[in-house]
Amino acid sequence: MLTNVLQFISSRGNEYFCEIDEEYLTDRFNLTGLNVEVQYYQYALDLVTDVFDLDCDDDMREQIEKSARHLYGLVHARYIVTTRGLAKMLDKFKKADFGKCPRVMCTSQPLLPMGQSDVPNTSPVKLYCARCEDIYNPKSSRHAAIDGAYFGTSFQNILFQVYPSMMPAKTQRRYEPRVFGFKVHAAAALMRWQAMQRDDMKDRLQAAKVESGFEEEDEEMESEDELDDEMEGEQVAPPL
Amino acid sequence: MSSSSQVAESWISSFCSLLGHEYFAEVSEDFIEDDFNLTGLQSQVPMYKEALEMILDVEPDDDEDEEDEEDEDEDEEDMLGEGDRPTGYRRAGDRRHMRMASDLSMIESSAELLYGLIHQRFIISRPGIQQMAEKYDLQHFGLCPRVNCNGVKVLPVGCSDTPGQETVKLFCPSCLDVYTPPNSRFQSVDGAFFGTTFGCLFFMTFPELDVGTMRVQTDDRMASDTNSASTIINGIPATSRIPLPPQPSIINGVAPHNLAPGLGTGNIHEPRIYGFRVSERARSGPRMKWLRSRPDDINELDEAKRFWEDQEEVLEDEGTEMEEEAMDGQQGIDADEGSAIAASVKKARKAQLNGGVSPMDTNGVGEGG
Ligand SMILES: [Zn+2]
Ligand SMILES: [Zn+2]
Repeated sequence: MLTNVLQFISSRGNEYFCEIDEEYLTDRFNLTGLNVEVQYYQYALDLVTDVFDLDCDDDMREQIEKSARHLYGLVHARYIVTTRGLAKMLDKFKKADFGKCPRVMCTSQPLLPMGQSDVPNTSPVKLYCARCEDIYNPKSSRHAAIDGAYFGTSFQNILFQVYPSMMPAKTQRRYEPRVFGFKVHAAAALMRWQAMQRDDMKDRLQAAKVESGFEEEDEEMESEDELDDEMEGEQVAPPL
Repeated sequence: MSSSSQVAESWISSFCSLLGHEYFAEVSEDFIEDDFNLTGLQSQVPMYKEALEMILDVEPDDDEDEEDEEDEDEDEEDMLGEGDRPTGYRRAGDRRHMRMASDLSMIESSAELLYGLIHQRFIISRPGIQQMAEKYDLQHFGLCPRVNCNGVKVLPVGCSDTPGQETVKLFCPSCLDVYTPPNSRFQSVDGAFFGTTFGCLFFMTFPELDVGTMRVQTDDRMASDTNSASTIINGIPATSRIPLPPQPSIINGVAPHNLAPGLGTGNIHEPRIYGFRVSERARSGPRMKWLRSRPDDINELDEAKRFWEDQEEVLEDEGTEMEEEAMDGQQGIDADEGSAIAASVKKARKAQLNGGVSPMDTNGVGEGG
C-alpha cells in the first residue's frame, strides 16, 4: 500500500475517493495522456507512488502536491470503471459514504458521486440518486469543491449495469402540495400531466416487454389517487 | 423561584435562538393573547396553563394553587412510591427541589409543543407569513439541493399537521418536491410546527415572487427530446423543433414562469455512458423523467380546454383551427394582466422555444420498432 495515497484518501473532504491499487498506478498504460494534463507530471507521479525524493522549497513542494492530487483524481476517474474500482466504490456506496438522497420520498437512498463533464475544471462533483434519477449538490462545501471529472459522467451508470441488483425500486410516491387539506390546482394539474407521461412510458415498456422497476405498492396507490382527484373538484370541494 | 425572572430575554426569542430553531418565526404576543388563535390547543397540550404562562413569561401566580398541586403530587408519589423509594434518607427539601425541577422540564416541553402548534397557525396568518417572507428573503431556510433547481430558496414545511409524526422538511417551489434539511440538527424539529398548508399558501400569497429562473441557455446534450428511447450520439440534434402555439399568461391561477420553473426540458438529468444516452429500455435505464417533466406547451395543463379540444377532435378533423380560436379567447381573458408578468412569460416562452420540442410531438414516435 502506498502511504501517500492512504494519507490522501483518509484526509478530511476526500471521503468520496477510493484507494487506487498500486499496480494500477504504476502501470504506465493506465496513465496514457495524463502527462499533458498534469503539471510537473513526473514529480507528481513520484509523489503519488512514494518514490519522490526531490529536494525543493516549500512553494515547489506545494505545487507538486497540488499536481499529485490532480493526477490522483484523473487516474481515479479511470480506475473506478475497472472491475476492482467498481467493487471498491460499491462498498462505499453500500456504506453510504457518499451520503443519502435529500429527497424525502427517496427514503435515504445512498448516493453515488458523478461528474457532469469528463473534462477537468468544468464543474464540481454532484451526487446521483438511482431512486429518483436526479442529481444533487453535496452538503459540505469541502465536497462541493471537488472536480467532477475525478468521477466522470459514466461511472454511476456503469455501476448499475455491472451490479443491476443494486438498482433500487422506483417509487411513484410523491409530495402533493396542499392548502388547508386541499390539493393546489396548478400543481395538481401538472402532476396529473406527469402521471400521464409516466403511464405512457409504462405502456412503452410493457409493449417492449421490459420491466418497469416500480414498487409493487404503487398499483394500490393509483386507485387511491383517482379517488383523491375526484374529491378535489374545483378547489371548493367539501372537506374530506 | 421562577427561572423566567432571571433571564432578560423573552422565552420566545430564546426559544427561537436555540440551535436547530433557526426556521421558527417569533410569534407575537398579540397573536398568542388572542384566545381565538388558541382554539382547541388546550386538549392537545399537557399542563396547558403553565406552558402558556411560560411562553408569555408570566410569573406563576397564587401560592395557594401551588401548594394544592404539591399536595396532590405528594399523594401520587406515595401511591407509586413504596417499593422503589431510594433506601438512603432524603430530606424533604431535596425531594421537593427535584420534583420541581422535573415539573419545570415537563412544563418546558409542553411549552415547546404549545409554541409549535401556535406557530403552525401563526405562519399562515398575515403577520406571520410576512415574517416568514423576510426570513425567506434572507435565505434562512436554505436552498434546494437539486442541481437543476439552480439554488432556489426553499421553505420549511410539515408533511403532517399532527405533532410527533415527522420532522420538518424543505419545500422547493421550483421542483415542487420536499427535501430533508442538510443539517442533522433539524431532525429533531417537528414538521407539524410548520404544517402542511404554509408552503403553498406562501407562494399563493406572494404570486409576484419569482420562485426561480427558467433556464434560458440551451444545453444541447440536455435539451434534446426527453421521451425518445433511442440512443443518440452527443451533439446530434434529436428532432426538428416546432414553434410553440401562443402561451397563456396565467395557467390554473399561476403565472407559467412560476409554475415549477425547475422542471421540464433542459432540467432533466440525462444518464449517459461515454456520451451515449442510456436507453429507456435498458434494465438500468431511466424511469423517472416524468417526475421532473413539465410540458413545453403550457396549454397542455389547461385540462378543461384540453377536454373540449378532445371532444372537438372526435366530432371533426379540423382540430387545429379550433385550437387557435380557443387560444385567442384565452389570451383575451388575461389581457389585463400586469406587464411584468407578460414580460416574464415572454422570457419563459423564449426559453421554451429554445428549449426544444414539445413532448407531445414525441409521444409514441419512434417507439414502434
Ligand atoms: Zn432520490
Ligand atoms: Zn428544487
